[in-house]
Order: sequence, then C-alpha cells, then structure tokens
Amino acid sequence: MESVIEVQGLTKTYDQIRAVDGVDFQVRKGEIFGFLGPNGAGKTTTVRMLTGIIKPQDGSIRIMGHDIQREPLEAKEHLGVVPETSNAYVDLSAWQNLMLMAGLYGVPSDVSHERAQDLLTEFGLYPRRDDKVKGFSKGMKQRLILAMALINDPELLFLDEPTSGLDVQSSILIRQMLMQLRGKGKTIFLTTHNLEEANQLCDRIAIINHGKIAVIDSPHNLKKMTRKLNTIEVTFSTGVDLAELSRAPGVLEVKDTGEKIVMNTENVNQALSFLTDYAHSRGIQIQSLNTLAPSLEDVFMEFVGGP
Amino acid sequence: MHSLYLDQFKRSLSIMKKDILIYYLKGPVIIFGVLIPLFLFLAFLTGSKNLSTDFLISGLIGMTMLFTATSVSPVIIPWESQMKTLERLMACPISIHTLIMGDMLASVLFGFFISLVPVLIGLALDVIPIHTLVLVMGIGLASLCFSSLGLLLATPPTNAPSNVMMISSLIKFPLVFISGIFIPLESMPFWGKIIASLSPLTYFTDITRYSLQNVSYYPIWLDFLAIILFTLMFFVLAVKIHKKTLAMRI
Repeated sequence: MESVIEVQGLTKTYDQIRAVDGVDFQVRKGEIFGFLGPNGAGKTTTVRMLTGIIKPQDGSIRIMGHDIQREPLEAKEHLGVVPETSNAYVDLSAWQNLMLMAGLYGVPSDVSHERAQDLLTEFGLYPRRDDKVKGFSKGMKQRLILAMALINDPELLFLDEPTSGLDVQSSILIRQMLMQLRGKGKTIFLTTHNLEEANQLCDRIAIINHGKIAVIDSPHNLKKMTRKLNTIEVTFSTGVDLAELSRAPGVLEVKDTGEKIVMNTENVNQALSFLTDYAHSRGIQIQSLNTLAPSLEDVFMEFVGGP
Repeated sequence: MHSLYLDQFKRSLSIMKKDILIYYLKGPVIIFGVLIPLFLFLAFLTGSKNLSTDFLISGLIGMTMLFTATSVSPVIIPWESQMKTLERLMACPISIHTLIMGDMLASVLFGFFISLVPVLIGLALDVIPIHTLVLVMGIGLASLCFSSLGLLLATPPTNAPSNVMMISSLIKFPLVFISGIFIPLESMPFWGKIIASLSPLTYFTDITRYSLQNVSYYPIWLDFLAIILFTLMFFVLAVKIHKKTLAMRI
C-alpha cells in the first residue's frame, strides 16, 4: 500500500536530551494513524518535524514523496495542520481567518469562498462567520482551526491533540469529521491522549515512549499483545460455590465482589460454556453476563509503564 | 522558478493584509506613529528658532518615517509567537522570505502613508516640495529600508514584545540625534559626520532636504544608493537571523 509519510532514523536532541531517538515508521494512504505516548515522550516534537516546523538532527522525512527538508514548500502544500498549541487570529473574523489560510496555501478565491462556506456550515460556525474569534468559545475556536486546516483540501492532515479540553459536543463533531475525511480517502496523523478516541478512530497506533517507538499495530492486535486476561462478570439468581466455578477450564481467578462474580480467564469461550452448563445443571438463572477484553489503556500502560 | 517567486509573493500579500488588519489599522498605532515625531519636532522647534521651517519639516518627515516604519514590525513575530499563531504560519507552504516580505510590505505601506502627514503639515506651513518625484521616491525607498530595519530588530528570540520594544527604542532614538535631523550635517564635527554616515536616516534626511530646500550634503544618487544598500543588508540579515531563531520561539 502506498505510504504518504515515510520516516527513517528521525532524531532530535535538546540540551543533550534525545527528545526523539531514531524513530522509523510509515503511514499508509487513507488510514488514521494514532500517535500515542505520555507527556514528554516526543509526540509534539515528532509532529513539528513532520510538518517542517523544526529541523531534525538526523534522519529523513518524506511527505507524499517530498523530502520535507529539501522540498519544504512542495511537501507542505499537501498538508493540513492543527498544531497542539495553535490559535486562530482572535482579532480577525472566522471568515477572515479562513481567507488568510486560503491565501497562504494559494487557493484561488472562487474555490476558497465556496470551501469556506461549506466548512463553516459543517462545523456549525456559519452564522458567526463575521464575528471576531476573540468572542468564540474554546470548542468553536478548535472547530475553526480544523476548518482552517482543511481549506486547502489536504491529502494529509496532522492533528496534535485536537479534542484536548473540549466540550463533548465539539469533540464528537470533530471525531465525526475525521471519520468523514477518512471516508473521502484522506490520511490522518492523530496525536492524542484520549485512548478511547484512538481506539475508535485509528486504523493503526504507534506508541512512543522516551523518544522511541515502543510498538506499532492496529488497536485490535495491540490488545491481543497485552498480558492482561479477559474478564467475565456474572450474577446468578442464587448464591453459588466459588470453588466450583474456579474449576472452569482456563479460569485463573474467581472473586465475589458482592454485586457480581468476577472471573479472569485465558479462554472466554470455554469459560462461558462452563457457566451456562453450570447454571443449567443446577437449575439457577444467569441474571447478567459481561465479558471485558483488555483495553487500549491496559496496552498503553504495559508499553509505557505506570502504576 | 519565476512562477514560484510570483506565487510566494502573492502569499506574502496575504500576510501583509493580515498584518494591516490586525496590527496597523488601530487608532492608537496610527496616532502614536504621528504624535511621537510631532512632539519631538515641537520640542526642538521651541528650542531652535534659528532653523528654517523647511529644514525642520524635512527632519520631521525623516523622524516620522523612522518611527512609523519601525513601530509595529519589530513586535509582530514575538507577538504571533506569544499568541500561538506563529506555529500555524510556519506549517504553511511559505518560505521565511515570504513571511518576512509580508511583514515588511505592511510596514512599508504604513510608513509611506503616515509619512505623507508631515508633508501635508509642510504644505500647510507653505513648505512646497521643489523635487516632488525625488521626495516620493525617497519616501518609498526609505519605507522599505526602515521596515527592513524593523524586521531586523525583531530577530532576538524573545516572545515578549516589550523586550523587543526596549531594544528597538535603544536603537531608534539615538539614530534621530546622529542623522542630521536637528543639526545640519555641514555643522557637525568630522567625527559626527563619520557617525552620521553609518545611519540610513542620514541619507533619507538628505533626500528630504534636497526635495524641500534644493540643498544636500551628499550627491543625491549617493543617498539613494546608500538607502538601497542598507535595505538589502537589513533584509538579508533579518532573513538569515530569523531562519535561525524562528524555531526557538516555538
């Protein structure tokens, strides 16, 4: 599959500290690529190098086939960027901000007017298009910043923490927009702290820690990598003997939490068969049954360490 | 290649428009640009009654140009950095030349038009330009020169506009006193003339004196050449230093 981002041996040092240390990865056309890591792991530094804002000490970056160091203008032409600490111009109106970006990307005025109108409508900002941004809420500003990043109809979109600190409505709107963009074949490089967001949106996820890539894979495969077991939560119509339940195949631990019985198992299917047979043979009813797979949070904690 | 330069120039016009809307079209900025030189002029006028009005008007045009063309340009980049808009600009497909050029063009327009105010004051005081074309060309060229100087003053990698303003004032005010605005060059001692020759304002003031009084200390072609060289030097230095310091602001 065609790669739109190719990174090799990317390294950036600040005051003898390696913020990014020999990072290699590729992002395929049309995917949402999640970039996760704890604070200070090197996420924003990597994004800034990928978008040509800062120069790496070593390594190469190719964006849509263009070396970002040697052909920065050609590479940046294809990008839309929402930097982590970005702001719109608060003394300009939403419309003026979009027109400024259109001018900087060389979008012809007839095209930019049409796109600006569509984007403002999609992001629910059209009625406020002539208002100065200083009066906008954080969610409205972030929606405008995303609209500004889309004014050149980019093939590749970089988003650094796009929903951080936003209200639920704005976060959902932005996530829906990202899904729509993927549907249109756009490639999205998404940095986020929100593991649920990464789980929902991303085709593949890279976890970076101490400036190095710890792992890259799909959320599904990442969850399979974790050592954490599957969990079954069950409640019965009457009390049961925990010792009997612990004899279920593959079950390593059984606990009674008072409300429900929690079983950790290596094999969910076998444990579920055992539970239904057990209930049937004793004439008791299963009132509720939940199976919990390891979460992306478990995977994340396993790769970056933590409590 | 030609179309790339043209395309980048068009993009610099977008930056110019943004700067004008955000930074220049503010009442206080315009009033400040006119009032500071006017107060300096009035202060000197009351203490120097022997100097002719046309000499003082030529100095007022020089001061106005210096103060207006360097009033906002030094603080735009630190301000953008502080307001978190610089990173977005740096991610756009524009070169540093384009960014600097856009900031410079806004400053040029502001410097050019505000400098016409003292010309109008001169007309009101019956100081009629003798060489109008030379005056207009001089104002145009000087606005480029001092705008470039303003962008050079913006290069220290600080994100606090107040720091840049302080450095800027430390350079601008001495320039006023060494550039033949209040003391004619021919009345200066030899060492004074040497120091004056290092200031671009000296050559612009010489052009305005030629335009209004038909006298100049240097040949007029030398004044233009000096301003062109200063402009090139300031612009090239500003671009080179900004290339190094811009990423430090993020």
